[in-house]
Amino acid sequence: MKKLLMAAAAAAMMLGAASASASAEALKACWVYVGPIGDYGYSYQHHQGLLAVQKEFGDKVETAYAENVSEADSEKTFERFAREGCKIIFGTSFGFMEPMLKVAKKFPDVKFEHATGYKTAPNMGTYNAKFHEGRYVIGQIAAKMSKTGVAGYIVSFPIPEVISGINAFMLGAQSVNPNFKIKIVWANTWFDPAKEADAAKVLLSQGADITVQHTDSAAPLQVAQEQGKLGFGQASDQYKFAPKAQLTAIVDNWAPHYIEAVKAVMDGTWKPQQIWEGMENGTVSMAPYTNMPDDVAKMAADTAAAIASGKLNPFTGPITKQDGTVVGEAGKPLSDGDILGMNWYVKGVDDKLPQ
Amino acid sequence: MELFLTLVTIIMTAATPLLLAALGEMVTERSGVLNLGVEGMMVMGAVAGFGGAFASGNPWVGVIASIAAGMAMALLFGFLTLTPLANQVATGLALTLLGLGLSALIGESFVGQPGVKLPAIAGIDPLVPFSILMVGAVSWFLFRTKMGLVIRAVGNSHASAHALGYNVIAVRYLSVLFGGAMSGLAGGYLSLVYTPQWVENMTSGRGWIALALVVFASWLPLRILAGAYLFGTISILSFVLQAQGLGIPRNSSPVCPILEPSWHWW
Repeated sequence: MKKLLMAAAAAAMMLGAASASASAEALKACWVYVGPIGDYGYSYQHHQGLLAVQKEFGDKVETAYAENVSEADSEKTFERFAREGCKIIFGTSFGFMEPMLKVAKKFPDVKFEHATGYKTAPNMGTYNAKFHEGRYVIGQIAAKMSKTGVAGYIVSFPIPEVISGINAFMLGAQSVNPNFKIKIVWANTWFDPAKEADAAKVLLSQGADITVQHTDSAAPLQVAQEQGKLGFGQASDQYKFAPKAQLTAIVDNWAPHYIEAVKAVMDGTWKPQQIWEGMENGTVSMAPYTNMPDDVAKMAADTAAAIASGKLNPFTGPITKQDGTVVGEAGKPLSDGDILGMNWYVKGVDDKLPQ
Repeated sequence: MELFLTLVTIIMTAATPLLLAALGEMVTERSGVLNLGVEGMMVMGAVAGFGGAFASGNPWVGVIASIAAGMAMALLFGFLTLTPLANQVATGLALTLLGLGLSALIGESFVGQPGVKLPAIAGIDPLVPFSILMVGAVSWFLFRTKMGLVIRAVGNSHASAHALGYNVIAVRYLSVLFGGAMSGLAGGYLSLVYTPQWVENMTSGRGWIALALVVFASWLPLRILAGAYLFGTISILSFVLQAQGLGIPRNSSPVCPILEPSWHWW
């Protein structure tokens, strides 16, 4: 009996050692999402990136994720992941910036990447998508498709990414209709379907006939469809929710970056960078153009192609700010820093930035 | 005038889930049970409502499913607090956590599916006038019938009610079930009428606001009606003001003190 037990213990230890060494080979990569992967919007798209990494690397990578992590909870989530052996941690919300920086200092051997932020450290980089490129395209479409010349824009918080999105949209719309107007509503949330639906209903009742959003659910599109109006999906193709209303959507595709980052950590070549990719490598793409006449679809596709090839930059100078001053040299695009830190509106936006 | 009517419609839609859940919770609290699990029951009602409508193609099946889900959650709470006498506050909070997690699990396959919307009858969402009728019904029931008097007596002094021979536990069970049914229906309203889809955590704290509303209204049905519409108006008002270009700066303290705390909620 004793011999049997000893043999069993030895076998268990060997198995344990074998699996430990097997998992020591697999790289652990962890993601922290601010919303649920079930939002079918922003966090959902990040999660598609995680799934792509799993598919690409198979057994060589072990993934973990935490969803619905508020900014207040993010610090302990990052710490927990770092302690659990994650070698690279991706934080997907702007609000994770400070907590991530703190935890990165405590764990110099773990790599951190922060989406949509701007602070870095020797072991922390940032990555972002040039959403504003997509905004320019939809601005053009909106100006063509709107009968009232007013779009309703539902936004979350006044951070540079949101503001540059509004500006790019306006510039795109103004390139077709210089008198195009937008009505902006700040919902103070990235995700709350009922609140977004309320905001959409109010905007549509105030003269807007196109919905644009920088919040993550498909609710505004559904409201638009109910009222026979049109709108744009956010972060992922929300056509299923509003087949009669969606014109197109800006689709975030994080998979290429995630695969590249995980590979770099595996190869030991990871460096803290500030990556900002857009249409040229597929990080931002447009959903199929629907509910619009062919000539509008062609215009949109041409604009998207021009942006992807680098021929057109939405923020090409000179740009007139809301207060009348002009930025940017003629023919030259604004610098990345200017766009990433944007805190002013272009002329034509009738809204005061909330402080 | 037309704009005013449109806004009134939007406000009524926003206030209805709060009104339904608060009415239910008020009856529960009137019988002496504090059920903090409103958010959990509401979100379970939302996922069940969506699931029922999605599976059967008939939104009314969803309505029934949402009521049943709310009652099932309430039954669990009722059993734990009324039979083995677990602490009501802790059990209610646990119910909320359970509801949020369980609904996310059940709803995983529903994400990304467009929902079936409850059709409007003669242009009006049926649940909105229903909620207002319920205010009248609950008010009449609590204050003009013997059964309502018994519920209030049990809540006021359960020892005296027991001494008079009334079955305190049974009365509380029924009140808790009613509260669950109404909270479930409120959740179903969200996923069947308000935004016909399912996403995790759809309720976004509305259950907690309904709980606050019950206390805000001093457990009186008419005040709950007024309070729900007040909360609805304030939340819609901020959007209307912004759309008009008259947005109040996010962080400044508006003059009216009532607006200040609700600003932080919304």
